[in-house]
Amino acid sequence: MAKKYDAGVKEYRDLYWTPDYVPLDTDLLACFKVTPQEGVPREEAAAAVAAESSTGTWSTVWSELLTDMEYYKGRAYRIEDVPGDKECFYAFIAYPLDLFEEGSIVNVLTSLVGNVFGFKAVKHLRLEDIRFPIAFVKTCMGPPNGIQVERDRLNKYGRPLLGCTIKPKLGLSAKNYGRAVYECLRGGLDLTKDDENVNSQPFMRWQNRFEFVAMAVEKAQAETGETKGHYLNVTANTPEEMYERAQFAKDLGQPIIMHDFLTGGFTANTGLAKWCRKNGMMLHIHRAMHAVIDRHPKHGIHFRVLAKCLRLSGGDHLHTGTVVGKLEGDRASTLGYVDLLRESFIPEDRRRGIFFDQDWGSMPGVFAVASGGIHVWHMPALLNIFGDDSVLQFGGGTQGHPWGNAAGAAANRVALEACVKARNEGRELERESKEILTGAAKNSPELAIAMETWKEIKFEFETVDKLDVA
Amino acid sequence: MKATSQMGDYRTAQTLETFSFLPQLTQEEIYDQISFMLSQGLTPAIEHEDPAQATNHYWTMWKLPFFGEKDLGNVVAELEACHRAYPNHHVRLLGYDNYTQSQGVCFVVYRGKAW
Repeated sequence: MAKKYDAGVKEYRDLYWTPDYVPLDTDLLACFKVTPQEGVPREEAAAAVAAESSTGTWSTVWSELLTDMEYYKGRAYRIEDVPGDKECFYAFIAYPLDLFEEGSIVNVLTSLVGNVFGFKAVKHLRLEDIRFPIAFVKTCMGPPNGIQVERDRLNKYGRPLLGCTIKPKLGLSAKNYGRAVYECLRGGLDLTKDDENVNSQPFMRWQNRFEFVAMAVEKAQAETGETKGHYLNVTANTPEEMYERAQFAKDLGQPIIMHDFLTGGFTANTGLAKWCRKNGMMLHIHRAMHAVIDRHPKHGIHFRVLAKCLRLSGGDHLHTGTVVGKLEGDRASTLGYVDLLRESFIPEDRRRGIFFDQDWGSMPGVFAVASGGIHVWHMPALLNIFGDDSVLQFGGGTQGHPWGNAAGAAANRVALEACVKARNEGRELERESKEILTGAAKNSPELAIAMETWKEIKFEFETVDKLDVA
Repeated sequence: MKATSQMGDYRTAQTLETFSFLPQLTQEEIYDQISFMLSQGLTPAIEHEDPAQATNHYWTMWKLPFFGEKDLGNVVAELEACHRAYPNHHVRLLGYDNYTQSQGVCFVVYRGKAW
């Protein structure tokens, strides 16, 4: 039915606030925490967000009448109070599937967290969650390998993987760096990692590092009889350079590379993930810059959204925080997005900050990486929180051992195996942590010394971004 | 000088993945791990291999996986039988998880004599 063109500015809610709308299974759903400017009614603010993140613009335009806006527009369909905060509210918005290019996380984010975040009618805006419809999920490749394939390739079962980030993070020569890698791996760690800041600086060019690290990995593997790896960071200034480094890692026979998905960007990440699938390489993902985006409770993007986007874009490991170490992390919220990374169906659960059911279909799962400020005393809690499908990643907690990296690695490994064994025996890890670790240390001087070294270290600060609870 | 003399030397060990950094499990401890595996609904399976070839992914299967097996005693009996038949081999116990299509548990129960 032809409409008449009526120029001028209309209220957003006339078109974009549709409380009777029942979302379709194919809709992409989003929950925003909206803090409107004073005097802007909730419905108008919610409708404005829906409009500005989909088809709308501030003024009516004649060319809208050339298409069926009812088919393409985003709709604000529900408003909810934020428990304990009167200033803001949750707005639920449904976007038709055809607003987004197939397989493109970039396209989804450009719409949902694009111009709308600078929009004047809202003071703050935070994207809390996205429900990706299975129809969209099936257009994304996702993790190049996934948890199950990685376990098979590494031949490691029934326990978390153990990793370590090589320190000092900047300034080592390639040969000295490879030494630190070798020591960690021969001592019992499964994987070591380039720090995210390590790219190809003057003190250590990437080819040089890759070659020495490859020697370290091969030697440790031959001597221990276990499969080892080191995440070679291929994050680079251009995609061409990134692929060149990835190819060289493969040529050296290395099993895994790494990428920083936020600073590198989703286009680079998705491309690299596809390259990894094609070339039989595993992909570790670091999350530098995430706290800039996800830490403020009223503005930005919650990490659970970034985690979902990464699973779709592709990666076999993703850093999630530790809950227990030196970095920010609320336990319930972390458990929520750890599930979003690993499980195939995650039901809505507000106690864990999950606003929608999420069905991933057959998409592979991503290992949760707990990294930052952790040491042997944290092991029982880490195993309890993260379970088997995780990488527990130490730094100072391995290399700060008084006897060096190999002894530190052995201490980590003994502590982990003692905890897994105790868990399987039905013991309560966190309550009995002292007895479990002390018992294991009787047969491991390396663990005994590690426990002595780190017994006083605690990181207990208030979490800045907490879940909204009444 | 004192610090140096107290410093230990870590000797690289040839190891066999999960639980190989712990002292050899006692019989009681092995039973606990088997009970755990069965309680998780995993399918027990036994594999053995000459230690010289144990770095390969594939070890030789002992019979077939014990589908539907719920009895601890039967699993123990099969482990012992495999060990008697191949006393010089490593023997490991796996728990197949048909939901994840992976192994939920895998550890070496008997370490080969010459190893």
